[in-house]
Amino acid sequence: MVPIRSVPIEPGSLTYHDLPWIIEHREDRCTLCGQCTSVCPKECLHLTYRRQRMPNLDVLSSKRGSEYRTFVGIRQKTDMTHSCIGCGMCAMVCPNEAITPTLNTVENRTLFLNNQKGEAYKRGGRRNTSGPTLLDRIMFDRISMLTDPALDAGRHEFTVSTTLGRILSPEEYLKRKANGGWIPPTREIFPFVIGSMSFGALSPNMWLGLLQGVAYCNEVLGIPVVMCTGEGGCPPWVLKSPYLKYIILQIASGYFGWDEIIRAIPEMQCNPAAIEIKYGQGAKPGDGGLLMWYKVSELIARLRGVPEGVDLPSPPVHQTLYSIEESVMKMIQTLSMAFDHKVPVYPKISASTSAKSVLNNLVRNPYAGGLLIDGIDGGTGAAYNVSMDATGHPVASNVRECYLDLAAQGMQNEVPIYAAGGVGQNGNVAQNGMALVMLGASAVHIGKYIMQATAGCLGNEQNRCNVCNVGICPKGITSQNIKLYRRLDPDKVAQRVAETFMAIQTDVKKIMAPLGRSQSLPIGMSDAIGINDKDAADRLQIKYVC
Amino acid sequence: MCRLALKTANEPFSPYEVLEAMEAMKEGYDGSGLGLLLRGLEFEDFKYNPRFPILSGIAENKKSWKRLDQFMEERGYELKYDHKFHMDRSHMDGKDRYRYFLRAYRMPEEFQGKAMEDREGELMQTRLALRKDGEAHGGDLSVFSFWPDVAMIKEVGWPLQVGNLLSLHDGQIKSRVCMAQGRQNTNYGINLYACHPFFVQGISTMTNGENTAFVPIRDWLLGRPFEGYMGYQSDSEVFTHILHYTLKQLKLPLQAYKHVITPLSLKELEAHPQGDFLRGLRNACKRLIIDGPNAVIGTLPDETCLLVMDHKKLRPSTVGGREGVWAIASEMCGVDAMIPDRDPSLDFQPMREHTVIIPPDRKEFEIWSQFDQFPLSLAA
Ligand code: SF4
Ligand code: SF4
Ligand code: SF4
Repeated sequence: MVPIRSVPIEPGSLTYHDLPWIIEHREDRCTLCGQCTSVCPKECLHLTYRRQRMPNLDVLSSKRGSEYRTFVGIRQKTDMTHSCIGCGMCAMVCPNEAITPTLNTVENRTLFLNNQKGEAYKRGGRRNTSGPTLLDRIMFDRISMLTDPALDAGRHEFTVSTTLGRILSPEEYLKRKANGGWIPPTREIFPFVIGSMSFGALSPNMWLGLLQGVAYCNEVLGIPVVMCTGEGGCPPWVLKSPYLKYIILQIASGYFGWDEIIRAIPEMQCNPAAIEIKYGQGAKPGDGGLLMWYKVSELIARLRGVPEGVDLPSPPVHQTLYSIEESVMKMIQTLSMAFDHKVPVYPKISASTSAKSVLNNLVRNPYAGGLLIDGIDGGTGAAYNVSMDATGHPVASNVRECYLDLAAQGMQNEVPIYAAGGVGQNGNVAQNGMALVMLGASAVHIGKYIMQATAGCLGNEQNRCNVCNVGICPKGITSQNIKLYRRLDPDKVAQRVAETFMAIQTDVKKIMAPLGRSQSLPIGMSDAIGINDKDAADRLQIKYVC
Repeated sequence: MCRLALKTANEPFSPYEVLEAMEAMKEGYDGSGLGLLLRGLEFEDFKYNPRFPILSGIAENKKSWKRLDQFMEERGYELKYDHKFHMDRSHMDGKDRYRYFLRAYRMPEEFQGKAMEDREGELMQTRLALRKDGEAHGGDLSVFSFWPDVAMIKEVGWPLQVGNLLSLHDGQIKSRVCMAQGRQNTNYGINLYACHPFFVQGISTMTNGENTAFVPIRDWLLGRPFEGYMGYQSDSEVFTHILHYTLKQLKLPLQAYKHVITPLSLKELEAHPQGDFLRGLRNACKRLIIDGPNAVIGTLPDETCLLVMDHKKLRPSTVGGREGVWAIASEMCGVDAMIPDRDPSLDFQPMREHTVIIPPDRKEFEIWSQFDQFPLSLAA
């Protein structure tokens, strides 16, 4: 046996098949062009010198033995810092199909070591669970056929918009209209909203691309898409532009960016679509936003009014001198007032068993313009893995419960419920969204799906990529490093936004048409859906079908 | 697919005329049920005072008949007239009903001087209490309406068969307004309460087609603090309740009904003289937007009759007639059968934006378009 000191083993030593992703490299195809090594965001590929035995098989010669050749090969590093994340950028750039990452289906031992230097594991992305989600399994099963024909999705006229903002009861509306009372502001929007992703979490090119795409959807395609800024403000030129009306400004516990916003109010050409007050987030309930120092560039620092290159963790709760209920009430009221009561203000909370009591508080608050419930499957740019994977509540039953609670009070949709978290996780964005609508949501927010569909985000629920937190996004979506984000062409993102929403709109019509619905979004049309899981059906109070 | 017919005339006529129109439109429905509403009543053997509310329904057996009697007496109602149909039981093919009743009552003393609203509330409460009582006893008592000058009949079977069963051709009952619906069995099961027309506090409508937005609308109406919004054995019952809600609860004019069930699009409202008000109304009443295809035909307590289409207008209906007598039917041949001696070139088929209103004077019908100015001072 070799002496122990000559073998480089430490407690944290790994070999390549202990890693989550194993690189398969074909020496016979590789031309050593080096593109893979230079593109790899984790710098996990390196050139190695290898020695290969070449058996001497000349049968006519009496000379035997082997010859050796030395060659340069590509290998993956096996330390934690450089373990492959399976992003596949190497395969994407390789001109010779010589390299590809494959998922380690045997055992991933980095799971035990991703706490280096005492740091708990942080990442971006979503809860890592794969397979069809509950929403994927919901079927639209009430088809108009015999007594009335289904509609033609291609030729019929459909109203697929929804209302953003508080809706009064008809009695109250007429009363206020008669005596000149305040009618809460509302917007008619497309029911798929680009959910909050901050300027900071996203690269400038990504953000610009989204905004351009949203403007195109509204102004050219006539699809009234709106997007939310996330915490961290909004570039001043956008605040003063006519595009502000497509933007929901988010205020969160760090209040980043709000100095700029407040200062810009007198110069605003139009009102923002709405104000979202973030109290919680599905991916990391009980946590504030987290922008890690890698991403606090000069631009971001200026927008947020902070020094460059420092971690920006927002506190878990809003700072308040009041009780939480009072603070929520006051904050909603204050923000409504800041915009002259002309902009809907609604809170965002993480899905939770306590969502119903929040809702009931809002019902009594005349300024509350809705409630956004963000489920455990929501994505994020940065969070502790444990929060993402294990903390929170799935969105479907939470939304359903809240809707039924409002219905019991005869107030459904008066405080519209917006749902988020895992919509389109497996690509079925329109199906997932419409399932939530029929469970009682007035609209859904989509974030991760938008990154995937419009910018080619590589993340998935097998923990592929998901390094959005550290500023090395290989697609330039969530990085503030110009070398990375210049990979992303904003015009192309905008084009993808337009394509994506055109397709969602068609899909929505394709869902509504067979149900015989065209006049209004089928909110709460629970007779139209079924699921092949008895327990889920009971819980959601929908049909069990098999 | 259901078939609908309504006739309204200054001179009372026999409901059998409308049943014959139903026969003319026979193709297209399966005769699983007939509903009939008469308003502006005249009885051959009784000088009816139109202030007396009439209780309409079916008692399945002696026991329920007795209970009904007792209940009404205890509640303080005085029976003024008990109409007896001349029954020809050879036309009966379902179960044998003990008694189809139309009974006129005088309201209890304590309601004599009370406000209209209280009296209307009491009539509805009584009807609902009786309905509940019937349901609690295995459905041995059905009550369709309880209202002054309104009679309702509902039965399973072909219209003419039901008419013959009750000898409606014998001239014992006549009315100035009569509407009937022959129902095709939809997926909600055969139940007498599921037969159109539906009725709540003097307001009645019937519909053909399917209302795919039924469940959310029903859920919302059930949440109103108004006991009359119940039942919902049929997806069309919500049309009646929305009309009631619009007129009685919101106290809006009849023209608003169309704006509630099929509001104009935001773009169209931009050009509307009262766009701002209507946009707000659309928002507030969004939960009542129907999704047809439907033609809604109805009558109001003052004998106004109306016809509105859903937005898709996949179910045309025709209105035609002459001064003093008008007919609305889901098929043209129905109008022909009811008023053959009219000028059919003046018939009208409303488009998606129209509400056809035949006012009580029956001089001419009004075509009101949603794009027109809305008759409400509030909205100005
Ligand atoms: S898959 Fe991504 S992280 Fe892994 S080696 Fe290739 S480029 Fe590097
Ligand atoms: S990109 Fe492909 S060919 Fe180039 S070095 Fe990498 S594996 Fe070899
Ligand atoms: S591609 Fe960028 S945004 Fe997508 S998971 Fe990777 S790091 Fe995150």
